[in-house]
Amino acid sequence: MENLPYLSLVVWTPILGGVWVLLASGARNAPAVRTIALLVSLATFLLSLPLWGQFDVGTHEMQFQERSLWIETFGIYYHLGIDGISMPLILLTTFTTVLVILAGWEIITYKPAQYMASFLFLEGLMIGAFSSLDAMLFYVFWEALLIPMFLIIGVWGGPQRIYATVKFFLYTFFGSVFMLVALIYLYTQAGSFSIPAMHDVQIGLQAQILIFFAFLAAFAVKVPMWPVHTWLPDAHVEAPTGGSVILAAIMLKLGAYGFLRFSLPITPDASHALDWLMITLSLIAIVYIGFVALVQPDMKKLIAYSSIAHMGFATLGFFIAFRIMMAGDIDGAILGVEGGIVQLVSHGFISGALFLCVGVMYDRMHSRMIADYGGVVNRMPVFAAFMMLFALANSGLPGTSGFVGEFMVILSSFKTSFWIAFLAATTLVLGAAYSLWMYKRVIYGSIANDQVAALDDIGVRETFILASLAVAVLALGIWPAPLLEVMGPTVEHLIEQMTTTKL
Amino acid sequence: MSFIAPDLTPATPEIFLLAATCTVLVADVYFPERFRLFTYHLAQTSLVITAILCLVLFPETPQVTFNGSFVSDAMSAVLKVFILLATYFVFFYSKVYLQVRELFRGEYFVLGLFAVLGMMVLVSAGSLLTVYLGLELLSLSLYAMVAMNRESITASEAAMKYFVLGALASGMLLYGMSLIYGTTATLDLSAIRAHVAELDGRNLVLVLGLVFVVVGIAFKLGAVPFHMWVPDVYEGAPTSVTLFIASAPKIAAFGMLMRLLVDGLPGMHGDWTGMLVILSVLSMGVGNIIAIAQANLKRMLAYSTIAHVGFLFLGIIAGSAAGYSAAMFYIIVYAFMSMGGFAMVVLLGHAGFEADRIEDFKGLNDRNPWYAFLMLILMLSMAGVPPFLGFWAKWSVLREVIAADMTWLAVVAVAFSIIGLFYYLRVIRMMYFEKAEQPAPVVVGSEMRMMVSANALAILALGIYPGGLLALCVSALGG
Repeated sequence: MENLPYLSLVVWTPILGGVWVLLASGARNAPAVRTIALLVSLATFLLSLPLWGQFDVGTHEMQFQERSLWIETFGIYYHLGIDGISMPLILLTTFTTVLVILAGWEIITYKPAQYMASFLFLEGLMIGAFSSLDAMLFYVFWEALLIPMFLIIGVWGGPQRIYATVKFFLYTFFGSVFMLVALIYLYTQAGSFSIPAMHDVQIGLQAQILIFFAFLAAFAVKVPMWPVHTWLPDAHVEAPTGGSVILAAIMLKLGAYGFLRFSLPITPDASHALDWLMITLSLIAIVYIGFVALVQPDMKKLIAYSSIAHMGFATLGFFIAFRIMMAGDIDGAILGVEGGIVQLVSHGFISGALFLCVGVMYDRMHSRMIADYGGVVNRMPVFAAFMMLFALANSGLPGTSGFVGEFMVILSSFKTSFWIAFLAATTLVLGAAYSLWMYKRVIYGSIANDQVAALDDIGVRETFILASLAVAVLALGIWPAPLLEVMGPTVEHLIEQMTTTKL
Repeated sequence: MSFIAPDLTPATPEIFLLAATCTVLVADVYFPERFRLFTYHLAQTSLVITAILCLVLFPETPQVTFNGSFVSDAMSAVLKVFILLATYFVFFYSKVYLQVRELFRGEYFVLGLFAVLGMMVLVSAGSLLTVYLGLELLSLSLYAMVAMNRESITASEAAMKYFVLGALASGMLLYGMSLIYGTTATLDLSAIRAHVAELDGRNLVLVLGLVFVVVGIAFKLGAVPFHMWVPDVYEGAPTSVTLFIASAPKIAAFGMLMRLLVDGLPGMHGDWTGMLVILSVLSMGVGNIIAIAQANLKRMLAYSTIAHVGFLFLGIIAGSAAGYSAAMFYIIVYAFMSMGGFAMVVLLGHAGFEADRIEDFKGLNDRNPWYAFLMLILMLSMAGVPPFLGFWAKWSVLREVIAADMTWLAVVAVAFSIIGLFYYLRVIRMMYFEKAEQPAPVVVGSEMRMMVSANALAILALGIYPGGLLALCVSALGG
């Protein structure tokens, strides 16, 4: 069983499973559809476990590689492989999808088969994007995954869903096409679409800067970074709970992953030359968007803005590394990048959990407005306890996963500039402010109205979902070493690529 | 001067098709009304046999006959096969459309077959005269087809417009040809090629002639600023005819472009590249932007055609064998996508109702998820979203433009394709996010269902594995 093509299996199991779900919908039986979807997502999750179990933590080389010719005329390969950066993100994807399928269990009554199938397609395509080692294969997955998300928001979303989903599609497409031009240009230089080959190609600074901006257009929209973030609050607010969770927990990670896989290794000199820009944008996201989150009356919008702020930490961690390296402190640079990646995984758990919490309340009250709630703890004590944990994790409480990444990034920032570290650290105040203030208004106080008074606490299904996320948040917060160990050699190699000039 | 009988073998498919078409014409006259369907079957059989002949006689090396007026090479053979295949689909869709509306007459198929013959002659043209001959045979048949529904005022108007503007364009083309003939003293494209190479392109009359030739080509393809007829004709013509105009003749027009510019005037590459860049940018811009404002699907697809022609030019502009094959790939893919799009209009319509407004697609996912899915494939493919075939078409021309060091043009092209995405998404939005006005289920014959499904699923399947078709186009142009 050593040589099973695990990566292909985790990419294609959900996609083919999605087709199965659609075919099963003919009988119009929602229970069967849900069961199949759950089984497929569980199978995918199980198939993804060996990726971790058999992962060799001693090397930065790509593992589980599969390579076969796809389009001969253009030299495009079906080339998959993972390293210490993509492996955790793939596991995050398979894990989250199971929860999302469960979260939509009885909630989705309109075309459940299409709903479940969309999520399964999305899962396969996202894993494909994380594991592609051929630039065109990556691009195909990267673009194709917009289609199921577009439908998820548009079909099962809120009242403004059409505006939100079209905006989402156009924004992301806008960024991606410029990346496509850059990738084709790189192909003309490297003679191959292989991403490792692109890492090695020598490019002049001017071309690097243009390529960097093309990549930035794609990844900054996806992350999203200020000022191209405006699609995210709209999309989050209108998307159904499952859509928000996938969007926050995984799709945003694709943007950050793009920086790590493409921008930094392919254009190290341009990234270095423009790191001031990236650091500035990241700090704006952290500070300014933190303030924006504070005043949101809508819970989902608040979490959406907090996502942008937290993703700012990831990009800050990636790009601050150049400044630290200039000072000759390689370990500090590694700390920054690793902190950014930990932040990605941690944010996947926390934001997913918070969106699920809002979903739990929304399913009962059909409102996302903070003002409509108050005193929920009196009726839903178990739920309130879970949400407490996630709100604290969101504000970076030590012992939760939210703390680890932020702390690492702030620590590494200190090595280069007090003021950058200072501004980044404001998030600890702001994050606590918006998370806990929202929590206080929604959960505490006396029972606000009759609707709140009629609430029932969470059932077994919801408890299971929130509990598994709580375990993940705490585990990563208390004992992050396994994750750091997995990514260690890969990040060291990445730092080496970043320090090697291509001029 | 002695008479030497020309070698007829390379032209066998055309000769057979001519004979078959005349047979269909005569047979149709004598059939009683209830055997009308027989005309259709006869026409389809002729297409199939012609295609088989093309494949059997696939030329390993270029064959020239009729004193150089007729060329049969790999490019022409591949283009012909796709023209015939596209027409086969078109005739099938048209049969359904015409039957429902009681317009089912033999003339449609006879004229269609003559148009196909014109196209085949056009892509095999070895001299200016053959180009013109093929083009006129094609165009005149199309004018008549647009006007087939005599009772429809819009159709007559469209036919009139098409005819007048088409005649003007033919005049332009002919004038350009005469200037080229005047300079080079030959009609033969290969002789013109040699002559132009000697002149080194420095001849003002020749450049003037080239301008008119490019205008003629741009008109036939519908490139801006010679696109005025496209939306009116697409909207006014019966959908069965629109579907035809939008598919096979585009492939033929590409063949004409290749024959005239690449085979005949490669020596003036620098001149016509400049013209095509302008046409290309304008077409992508105007086509994509104006399409946003359309409420009629046929009109929207007309503007989208204009935008696609802009993209097609990119491959030609690249000026390499790989660029030409990318353009060829693009036009073939385009023909099948647009055919599928119009087929959906045919499919959703019924007697007395034309499903040609974008609003008619409202709530299609509720009425029939399968057709909504097929339309989703077609629209996203046209927009150039992977993993559909349209993405690879756009991708391959972009690649060649970038390889030719014109990255700026690629950036312009992708910027316009973002605008393009918006109106394709609008159709999907209607189907998936809006509620149907009349939530009646869609009733479609099983044959039609099968053909449309095959058409759209081919776009998906070839999008996941485009290698074969790409390789075919590359080998056809000897890249």
